[in-house]
Amino acid sequence: MASTIRMRAVASGDTTEVQALVQHPMDSGFVKDSKGNLIPPHYIEVMEIEHAGKTVFTAFWGPAVSKDPYIKFSFKGAKKGDDLTISWVDNEGQSDSLVGKVQ
Amino acid sequence: MRRAVSIAVAIFALAAPPAFAANSTNPEADFKAFREYFTQRFPKVPLNDFVNGPYSMDAGLRKQWKEIDAFPPYQFAVDKGKQMFTTPFKNGKTYADCFPNKGIGIRQNYPYFDTKSGKVVTLDVAINQCREANGEQPYNYNKDDMAALTAYMAFTSRGKPFAIKIPNDPRALAAYQKGEEYFYARRGQLNFSCASCHVQNPGGHLRTEVLAPALGIVAALPIYRSGWGGMGTTSRRLRSCNSQVGAVPFKAEDELYRDVEYYLSYMSNGLPISGPGARP
Amino acid sequence: MRIRALIHLVVILSAGGLATAALAASADDFKAAYAKAEAANKEAGALKNQWTATVSKLKAAQAAAADGNYDEAVKDAQHAEALANASIAQAKEQAAVWKQAVIR
Repeated sequence: MASTIRMRAVASGDTTEVQALVQHPMDSGFVKDSKGNLIPPHYIEVMEIEHAGKTVFTAFWGPAVSKDPYIKFSFKGAKKGDDLTISWVDNEGQSDSLVGKVQ
Repeated sequence: MRRAVSIAVAIFALAAPPAFAANSTNPEADFKAFREYFTQRFPKVPLNDFVNGPYSMDAGLRKQWKEIDAFPPYQFAVDKGKQMFTTPFKNGKTYADCFPNKGIGIRQNYPYFDTKSGKVVTLDVAINQCREANGEQPYNYNKDDMAALTAYMAFTSRGKPFAIKIPNDPRALAAYQKGEEYFYARRGQLNFSCASCHVQNPGGHLRTEVLAPALGIVAALPIYRSGWGGMGTTSRRLRSCNSQVGAVPFKAEDELYRDVEYYLSYMSNGLPISGPGARP
Repeated sequence: MRIRALIHLVVILSAGGLATAALAASADDFKAAYAKAEAANKEAGALKNQWTATVSKLKAAQAAAADGNYDEAVKDAQHAEALANASIAQAKEQAAVWKQAVIR
């Protein structure tokens, strides 16, 4: 099963810039389908990125975040070749994670 | 050239019936005039950049697009499309058996005029013809499956220049002219034609949207529209444009939709496929 | 020009400027008005130029009639007919003038 996460991390000196795209419906629970029934809420609640055992980024998402969320951020202390782990958990208890390398 | 256009627009604005006789159809002359209109109106836009629609018109929007393009929102559709493309039908055949060059890098040759049926055939229609010829159910022209498959096929054709042909067949010429008429005729309670936005006001704003120029406008299809939160086929775009001006849309891949896609694709000959596209 | 006049007519109708007689409309009045509107919209369909506003107005007319509100239903049906006629006029006019818009 293909990962829901796409990530790219590029180190430039001491700073690493991370971009990630997560495939997720992010249903708010307020939208109706074509038959008029509410589509139940289904959204990522927490997304975390870890480097060398430390959390470098935590996102508390919810129904206001749109489908297939994208993030971009920078942090210090990583170098080329290091592992980065992205993981998420949603309100239904589903989750996914990905380990990628800093380029 | 520009004077001729402004005179034509002035006559149109007066809504007086034409005093001159109707011109006979001349696609080559139309092509030249169409191209000159846009390149003269936007002299700073490189010719091949017109296929990027609103991003060729607005620098701020372009900057956002460049960032998004590093992680394009359509990539999930392309991945799904590739999987669909390579999965055999129940009878063991694949899409590669239906299309020239095994279906890879061929998007720029569609639509074409099928002299056997006497109709314009778009890529989406050709896909469903392939499915039905192999005992499979056709896809809905408006939905995600067709969008994913055409996203993949467009992706394999990126950069290839449009090569639309009008064969020496009066029916092909008639289809071209019907497409041209559809493009320039006003419709809907808002009384807009395709040209109202995409010829008269490219780079202008329609609420928060920046209007794309008609030149190259089909090159980016299918598109991921952030407003839709998903991928949309050519049919979805044409039909939603109709309802947006208050016109009741036809069925997807109606003859007139095929004809206008034929006309617009011919006008974009030589310009590179930029699809699948990402739009606001 | 003709289409502008028709759009004006539609605006006046929608502003409720249509003075009805003292007699209330009946179900038969509605059926007749609706049939006329539907026929006009069908003609617009043959010209491949129906308006979404016409379709909504026809639906509104049906809804009013279902409620037994025939005065409103007849008004809506007549409005729908005017919209359909405007779309027919638009299609006919555009068939004659579209060539003037073509970039030459």
